[in-house]
Amino acid sequence: MRDRSISVRINDHTHDAKVEPRMLLTDFIREYAGLTGTRVGCEHGVCGSCTVQLNGRPIRACLMLAVQANGEDIRTIEGLAQSGEGAALDPLQQAFHETGAVQCGFCTPGMLMTLDAFLRDYHGGIPDEQSIRVAIGGNICRCTGYQNIIKAVQVAASVLAVSH
Amino acid sequence: MKPAAFEYADPASLRETLDLLTADKGIVKILAGGQSLVPILNFRLVQVDRLIDINNVGELDYIRHDGEVLRIGALVRQADLERSVAVASAASLLVEAVGYVGHPQIRNRGTIGGAVAHGDPAGELATALVALNATFHVDSTRGRRAVPSRDFFLTALTTCLEADEIVVEIEVPIVPQESGCAFVEFAPRHNDFALGGAAVRLDRDEDGSVRNVAIGLLAAAPTPVRADEAEMWLLGRMLDAKSARHAAELALTAADPTADVQGSAGFRCEVVGAMVRRALLVANERAT
Repeated sequence: MRDRSISVRINDHTHDAKVEPRMLLTDFIREYAGLTGTRVGCEHGVCGSCTVQLNGRPIRACLMLAVQANGEDIRTIEGLAQSGEGAALDPLQQAFHETGAVQCGFCTPGMLMTLDAFLRDYHGGIPDEQSIRVAIGGNICRCTGYQNIIKAVQVAASVLAVSH
Repeated sequence: MKPAAFEYADPASLRETLDLLTADKGIVKILAGGQSLVPILNFRLVQVDRLIDINNVGELDYIRHDGEVLRIGALVRQADLERSVAVASAASLLVEAVGYVGHPQIRNRGTIGGAVAHGDPAGELATALVALNATFHVDSTRGRRAVPSRDFFLTALTTCLEADEIVVEIEVPIVPQESGCAFVEFAPRHNDFALGGAAVRLDRDEDGSVRNVAIGLLAAAPTPVRADEAEMWLLGRMLDAKSARHAAELALTAADPTADVQGSAGFRCEVVGAMVRRALLVANERAT
């Protein structure tokens, strides 16, 4: 298996590397780019803990080869909040923090990357519980029972509505 | 749970892809969305010698009207199908079906061609396409051929594709506005693998009776199947709770579900029957 040179933009920073074609994007993000917020859970696309955004759309990083991300734009949880010292959390992150939507935190990055895109695409005020449950259908949480996550989304949506 | 080593090619054209498919003697697989293939590689259920990544073959990504049919390139993402105005107006059954495929993250990468080539009997797109009498266009260096969807699926996860062939286009006869379509499935959790489902397209005569009906069964047999007996029995009849129930019973003659931990064959038949009944009634409501 011959190594391939790839260049991947993650959170507006370009990472150049030579990798085996079989390397998964999750492992590239964690080992090469050193961004460990993206989790490795099931490695077959069902748990959602590896969810990142490819060109703004949530995808499973464990089901993409690193070589496929060559020339692409990836956003991980580390790229959600503004960078720099003392920078504020994203409204969704702030809401998660306030409503107790984070317990062990393992599912949280994947949840946030999914919900960030969901809220961006959601037109029609504050999403109702059912819409949110469907939106997070691909992200498993073993701790919270989901209700505080749902609350957090609605809180974040109202914060975002006010700021527009 | 990492893939075994393989040779990797990422052609930029269909021509290059076809040449690569004929070049090799080992196990060669096409990588499109990867939402079914990469889990298989991660589990090492299959170890490939070469992977041909077709995500740069832009010429396979299109949706266009062509007279009486809609032509959908194999590389069209399931999420793009879901959002497509063209598909919503010409084949709304596909839009309804694709919403049940996996999760949004899966649909952002998964492709229609990949879903077809994978041949999952519980595949929502495969079942809807069988109900819509779709034709699958398949290409190789030996030439192109058109395969009716009814003949394409041989058994679970096995299609009639030869080793050097690739699905390039899905051709769907345009569904008239007066037709009623419905897709229903039952799964233990939303977006989980369905235990049973039905894809129905129905046309009514002036007197309200059934002029034409197609019933595709999901997860009812080793491949998506049509309920031919039920379809024939319904012709000329008024669809109501009673006739829907009888049609659902007849539909089960086409069913041969495989039992597993999620459900016995008997339970699965019950589920499929209920889905057929519901889909028929909804499609009938929607037909004008």
